Amino acid sequence: MTEHAAAAARETPVLECRNLSISYAGRGGEVPAVVDFNLALMPGEAHGLVGESGCGKSTVALAVMRHLGRAGRVVGGRISFQGRDLLELSREEVRKIRGAEIAMIYQEPIASLNPSMTVGEQLMEVPMYHEGVGRRDAALRARMMLDRVRMADGERIMRSYPHQISGGQQQRIVIAMALLSNPKVLLLDEPTTALDVTVEAGIVDLIRDISAEFGTSMLYISHNLGLIRETCERVTVMYCGEAVETGTVSSVFGGARHPYTRGLFAAIPVPGADKNNRPLVSIPGQLPAPRERPAGCNFGPRCEFFAAGRCDAGPVEMRPIAAPSARASRCLRVGEIAWEAPAAASAAPPAAHLGGVVLKIRDLTKRYGQVTANDGVTFDARRGETVAIVGESGCGKSTLARILMGLTPASGGSIELADLELSRLPVTRRNLTTIRSLQMIFQNPFDTLNPSHTVGAQIGRVIRKLGVQRDEAAVQERVLELLDLVKLPRAFAARRPHQLSGGQKQRVGVARAFAGSPAVVVADEPVSALDVSVQAAVIELLVGIQRREGTTLLFISHDLSVVRYLSDRVVVMYLGQIMEQGGTQEVFAPPYHPYTEALLAAIPIADQHYVKRKVLLSGDIPSASSPPPGCRFSTRCAYRIAGTCDVLPPPIHEFAPNHRIACHLTRERLASMQPVFEEIAS
Amino acid sequence: MKALLKHRVAVLIALIWLPLAGYVMFRPALGAFGSYLLLPAVPAVILLYVTALRRWRESSVAIVGVTLVCFWLLMAVAAPYLPLPDPNKPIAPFVPPGGIRHGVLFLLGSDMRGRDVLSRDLWGCQRVLVWGVTATSVAYLVGGACGLIGGYLGGWWDEIVSFAGNVLLSFPVMVLFILVLNLLGQSGFNIIIAVTCSSAPVIMRIVRGLALDAKSRDYIQAAQTRGEHPLWIMLVEMLPNVRAPIIVDACLRLGYTTVAITTLTFLGLGLQPPDPDWGLMIKEAATAAMLWKYSYMLIVPALSVSSLILGFNLIADGLREMSLRD
Repeated sequence: MTEHAAAAARETPVLECRNLSISYAGRGGEVPAVVDFNLALMPGEAHGLVGESGCGKSTVALAVMRHLGRAGRVVGGRISFQGRDLLELSREEVRKIRGAEIAMIYQEPIASLNPSMTVGEQLMEVPMYHEGVGRRDAALRARMMLDRVRMADGERIMRSYPHQISGGQQQRIVIAMALLSNPKVLLLDEPTTALDVTVEAGIVDLIRDISAEFGTSMLYISHNLGLIRETCERVTVMYCGEAVETGTVSSVFGGARHPYTRGLFAAIPVPGADKNNRPLVSIPGQLPAPRERPAGCNFGPRCEFFAAGRCDAGPVEMRPIAAPSARASRCLRVGEIAWEAPAAASAAPPAAHLGGVVLKIRDLTKRYGQVTANDGVTFDARRGETVAIVGESGCGKSTLARILMGLTPASGGSIELADLELSRLPVTRRNLTTIRSLQMIFQNPFDTLNPSHTVGAQIGRVIRKLGVQRDEAAVQERVLELLDLVKLPRAFAARRPHQLSGGQKQRVGVARAFAGSPAVVVADEPVSALDVSVQAAVIELLVGIQRREGTTLLFISHDLSVVRYLSDRVVVMYLGQIMEQGGTQEVFAPPYHPYTEALLAAIPIADQHYVKRKVLLSGDIPSASSPPPGCRFSTRCAYRIAGTCDVLPPPIHEFAPNHRIACHLTRERLASMQPVFEEIAS
Repeated sequence: MKALLKHRVAVLIALIWLPLAGYVMFRPALGAFGSYLLLPAVPAVILLYVTALRRWRESSVAIVGVTLVCFWLLMAVAAPYLPLPDPNKPIAPFVPPGGIRHGVLFLLGSDMRGRDVLSRDLWGCQRVLVWGVTATSVAYLVGGACGLIGGYLGGWWDEIVSFAGNVLLSFPVMVLFILVLNLLGQSGFNIIIAVTCSSAPVIMRIVRGLALDAKSRDYIQAAQTRGEHPLWIMLVEMLPNVRAPIIVDACLRLGYTTVAITTLTFLGLGLQPPDPDWGLMIKEAATAAMLWKYSYMLIVPALSVSSLILGFNLIADGLREMSLRD
């Protein structure tokens, strides 16, 4: 290839979508899923596609793969791959391109792997099918690819079945399979959403290197702005099936030019912000249903800059913005809005007044046969305090919640709530006062409400059962009050859960937990399944109610950015043990426990004012049924002292009152740790 | 009143079922009053049919099924009021369909003892429907309760119900039927017991699986954390959510039970002559129908059984189709 031709190839996009519109056939006619979508993916470029659920980002990827299914149909525009129109190709031609030239990686790695074949066989199939190479060569290439996706112990992995390896390893295998055919374009649909944060950090690091090493173009679909910032060069923000803003990552993250993008940034917690100094601002309202989209700008009804008569007049075109290259926004008023002005901050709620200790947990231990789910868990929670319990899967945080709620008895230790010992008292033997004072908010909004009963009936049942009110009229009155409390319309009492959105269901869950004015509420990942803009609103609500009622909140989460924002104290758990605990400021600043440091470094940061130090953990979380001896974190720790950490349980260093770190490193070594985030002076 | 309208289908089914079952099971005890018992059930069947048509209009399969079943239901409740000869009275033997003897029109002919085939067929429908549906319901009551207990409570409860179920399932169905009916004697009520013994373990397994799935849901945990009684959790929190697949299975199972009951009477077990019954009719006609001329005696009850079972199966298919759609 001559230099000129090479330069031209760099100029022409590998994958291009022009005015792409896709509809799904529904019961009442066609529902538009993607409208007027444009994208140009250059060779070697990583392009992020970000938006909330239902915004059409996955539909775009499926259309590129020609995987829309029977209901979906491209109603306008074109998708071209290396100059060829993908929509015109025959099935046979598409099959040749799919997998070989365009590969896709899905959210659930286990669903992409065949459970009855060894990993090696599946990897070898790729070159054998696409290039017709022999078994021996295929095995060699598969083995080499495993090294390139940084899989240690490749020989053993090749012989394993998918269920014998961890989720992070599975995703690496899927990526290796995609890369084996050396595709031009890689579509990644939320590839790390199902993984733990420290595992995610490793995969993200790998993905970032792929385009550099293999020259593959990537379309990275995610709801997480931080991940997009860390992996991509360009970004397109989608809302209600339309691209609303596009540009380079640095320009878009440096200053949004569409009210929706701006709203998204205001709704996510950033380092250095907490509920007292910079409360989250949620986007008002909720996503319109596909059939109920407003006239004109889709974001109009939720927009603070809405101008009646203009924004709702007719379809809004994507318009280029003068300054940086190839930047565009679907906002009529893009030239009129003072974008640099700080977003209207909602008033900070009055600071919490912390009272005396309400809940005292001492040496709590829980064993299920071989598995030690909790081991010597000790901490206190004070009145009005938010205590976050942080950790990845298998750390025992959910078991802790189950013991607290009396759903399973502890094997040892004690829980004291208002001088009552609860660790071995099942919920069926607890008295009404105890049950009332300890309630729970659940994780999955789609599971938290019983689909068969109305919202009003479910809240009413709690009120009657907990003995808050007995009289029927008073119960109904209290149901309506609680709906007011969680800012839901009173008419929702008559609705069934399937008529509510995820955020609304979670609000009902909050109302149910607070029905009996509890002293302690355990919230198990209450916002992790919600969209960003809704998440902020639910957090805001939770903090507001908690402050007013002086409730103690045990906030169980894996999301450190939310934890930092919300909590007063943090308890970091790993494989059933507490690694570090202390005030939020203390835990999020050095000295760190090595695990806390890795967790912090794994948070994807969307704010360009911060730089992050890279801390990558090796390997995966060991199984809880055979935890490592000595310090449980020793197998993955970068600071491991051989002969000490893997033999002896770590001593506990107390840095500040109640800031404790369990680690073999010396006090001086811990104290000399550098902060993970640094603010760039702008 | 509002509650009655809300549970319209349940009310209608009760309005049809209670008199029909009472009429078939306790006719001798009812005396003269018995003949008026079924009158309100006739409009109830029609209302039920209209309701079903309105609710299931999106599934043509279900519509065909419900039409077949409602036709037989209507025949069952209307049989006493139709201008038909007594099903047990011998009038004239071997009359071909459409023939008139002694001033009586034999629309579908008469059998070898001179009884009207049409009349016997319609009256027989009554018995098959009543015993079939009652037996299935009792099997569901037992199997459903065991399934909920085994699935939700787990532990020893689960061991006990699962073991009992496996023991019953290890018998071939026919052996189980013959065993029960020979041990307890031959009657409609013992057919219920026999059908329960064979169906309840299967139902138990289905419900247990559904309950195991429902048990892990957050709303069940929410109910547990507010200290609800296990009975409340099983009946109010779980049962309504496992309803849909159970109803589909129940429709299929109604078909199986109908087959089982007809087979039993064909073998001379269970329901006793002289009252008509499809299985009995097939048995009695078996010899005569070897001559093509008399095959109508066999074809009429055989078609009746098939159409009723087809109706149940089509409803099940339609329900499944509709539940998959949304």
